Amino acid sequence: MFRQVAHRLLTRSTTNHSACAAATILRPYSTDVSTDASSGDSAFVEAWKKVAPNIDPPKTPIQFMEPRPPTPSTLPSKLTVNFVLPYAAELSKAEVDMVIVPATTGQMGILPGHVPTIAELKPGLLSVHEGNDVKKYFISSGFAFVHSNSYADILAVEAIPLDRIDPAQVQKGLSEFTQKLNSASTDLDKAEAQIGVDVHSALNSALTG
Amino acid sequence: MASTAAVPFWRSAGMTYITYSNICANLVRNCLKEPYKSEAISREKVHFSVTKWADGKPQKPTIRSDSPED
Repeated sequence: MFRQVAHRLLTRSTTNHSACAAATILRPYSTDVSTDASSGDSAFVEAWKKVAPNIDPPKTPIQFMEPRPPTPSTLPSKLTVNFVLPYAAELSKAEVDMVIVPATTGQMGILPGHVPTIAELKPGLLSVHEGNDVKKYFISSGFAFVHSNSYADILAVEAIPLDRIDPAQVQKGLSEFTQKLNSASTDLDKAEAQIGVDVHSALNSALTG
Repeated sequence: MASTAAVPFWRSAGMTYITYSNICANLVRNCLKEPYKSEAISREKVHFSVTKWADGKPQKPTIRSDSPED
């Protein structure tokens, strides 16, 4: 099953043979497909009008959706950020200059015109730069998606402004988990203790750095 | 297309990403200052009942809850 998937991915847009083209299903990339479907699927509408000319064709789900904002041809000057949590939207379509996210591969800066990226986030500091204002949040974990139209979606499970962190609790947690790490026996215990140490040391460096 | 990416330590210990993410979120919530901490904890309370099935028949349901039983 996986060999077929690999084969299809490789032959996706490179095949020109008619025999091969018939065998592989050529599907366009999502960024190439026009997202403006407000007029509906024209083939469906025409077929409907032939059969029932007096009744308006029903709307399909895609017509109820807002089309994806198009990719501008020149570099946009601002990054549009949607920073969301499971229970609230911190920033919704906020125009900012730069966002620095704590990706697992290190602090990643996202500027307008950034290459489309999917980044897994580790516990750390997220900073939103708008002119001279910098808003910092501590994120527990999540994902950051950067799209080609300079939209960034940052999803986090917990995001807290730095002034809401209790330093005493952080120190206590750090020492408690370091101790657990030393005395852990099973793999799962070690993993949980290691997570505790990572999160609390990240909190610590966020408070001091 | 062999997957040779380094596996994170929690994955090799048998933990899924969701478990990892929830543990991180709980630890961060515990480090909040007072009024925010109780808001966060009350927001995350869950209350649900789980029914296992065997031979097409439901067994006795168990109730899992963070709120005190009345």
